[in-house]
Amino acid sequence: MSKKVYERPVIIKQHSGLMNKFGSSPVQPTITEIDGVAVNNLVEEYGSPLFVFSEKQIRENQRKMLRIFKTRYPKVQFAWSYKTNYLSAVCSVFHQEGSWAEVVSEYEYQRARKLGVSGANIIFNGPDKSDSALETAVKEKAKIHIDHFDELYQLLEITEKLDLKANVAIRVNMDVGIYPKWDRFGFNYENGEAAHAIKRIMTSKTLNLVGLHTHIGTYIMATEPYRLAVLKLVELAKMVHAQYETVLEYIDVGGGLPSKNTLKGQYLDAEQLLPSYEQYADAITSPLFDLNLPPDELPTLFLETGRALIDDAGYLISTVLGNKRLSNGKRAIIIDAGVNYLFTSHWFNHKIVPAQNSGNFTENAAVYGPLCMNIDCLREDIVLPTQKKGDRLIILFVGAYSVTQWMQFITTRPKITMVMEDKTVEVIREDEDLEYIISPERVPEKLTSFSLK
Amino acid sequence: MENYKIPDNLAVSEEGFLFLPATGESFTLNEIGKIVIGLLKNGSSIEEIIERLTEEFDVDEHTAEKDVNDFLTQLKNFRLVEEI
Ligand SMILES: Cc1ncc(COP(=O)(O)O)c(C=O)c1O
Repeated sequence: MSKKVYERPVIIKQHSGLMNKFGSSPVQPTITEIDGVAVNNLVEEYGSPLFVFSEKQIRENQRKMLRIFKTRYPKVQFAWSYKTNYLSAVCSVFHQEGSWAEVVSEYEYQRARKLGVSGANIIFNGPDKSDSALETAVKEKAKIHIDHFDELYQLLEITEKLDLKANVAIRVNMDVGIYPKWDRFGFNYENGEAAHAIKRIMTSKTLNLVGLHTHIGTYIMATEPYRLAVLKLVELAKMVHAQYETVLEYIDVGGGLPSKNTLKGQYLDAEQLLPSYEQYADAITSPLFDLNLPPDELPTLFLETGRALIDDAGYLISTVLGNKRLSNGKRAIIIDAGVNYLFTSHWFNHKIVPAQNSGNFTENAAVYGPLCMNIDCLREDIVLPTQKKGDRLIILFVGAYSVTQWMQFITTRPKITMVMEDKTVEVIREDEDLEYIISPERVPEKLTSFSLK
Repeated sequence: MENYKIPDNLAVSEEGFLFLPATGESFTLNEIGKIVIGLLKNGSSIEEIIERLTEEFDVDEHTAEKDVNDFLTQLKNFRLVEEI
């Protein structure tokens, strides 16, 4: 005798009146494939948890963004923000798409060089540049973005010693009406520091001012701050033009465009709340025409867009380890991927979707990682269909600041794969094992033996 | 395993709509939830409920046991059962 189809028993409390402030409970999408490759096959082949990047999505994002800016301004150059994701394979896709490298440390600089980016195509940002890093950058003709006066004088000494010229810009910070104000990086506009730094550079024999740079912050949710920032850089560029008869090669507006991720405490989905990239591009490009320069003398617009170009190209596949009820009756789902892989879950309510059809009954749940630590919570509240042990959940939009900021903690880190445009799958970073982790460790001789009773 | 009792005044409709007159709270049940409540009302033990589910439905004993226990935890949370 064939048995009836089973579904676990469910009871749901009705909240009349305050049903759901934001419309009916969201329909749960299910993602069974990534770019045509079955999630189950990926896990069978490469294990769980598993990071997956989409080559196709990265290229599409970069091409679309370039098109948005190029249709508004004639000269645009992207520089890939290494810290956002410096996996070699990911950077290489961006470089194949024509992006330069934007680095903020000697280590990132070396990564870019190792991939074959020439110094002249590297923007060297950040407050930490050692003498050796600067010497290399000067010799290799990188664009050095000076962060503070001590660095300016350090660079003067190095270029004089080497008897070489350096191509430099200054990073400028300014009030653009947003909080937090990122005034710890670069020279301030309002108090005249930026103009002062420019003057010092213009009177030096070894520093060649080629651009102006700002980065007003990350995940900027409005367009007006960009317009104000570019206006202020344009004022400085006009001053350089008027006082020193120098036309700058570029204006670098940094990164900061938001991705599809939704911030904690933000009730509407990011996609409903945020301006479009076209609107950001309008705000960034229109003030550049205030320079009143003939088209061939217009500076190149540099963009160091990070998260907006990579977030939705990254997936983290996880497996359900177990379910439990918390003391208040709420469902908790424990998965095998924790906050150690997803630093970004401190700020964002990452979208999590099932990778299999899991029935129609949804329930509010907390999603916890596997770490034996209270902080290991990926979502405090998310409506999900029932998950069984062994089911797969996919965390979406995890391409930015995940695999650069992740930690080796309590457990080792998993494989990272890339689904290529032709639907083949490549491992782009191997998983770690015990040997890899302990190989840099040294044990003092007297600690090498013990006996336990 | 402990056994449970559903309050007598609890009303379950054909459609799986459950109403608690004392507090005015209401709940919805799926088909199997309705069966389990019905069995509890008739005084079935947990073992009997699990047995009934595995006989009638395509489910193994462990899964049925986990699910019935989870269901009971929720019923307890909503104060819909009393331990006896
Ligand atoms: C100097 C600089 N450029 C670019 C970026 C990339 O920013 P985002 O990922 O917000 O686009 C950052 C990140 O904070 C940065 O510090």
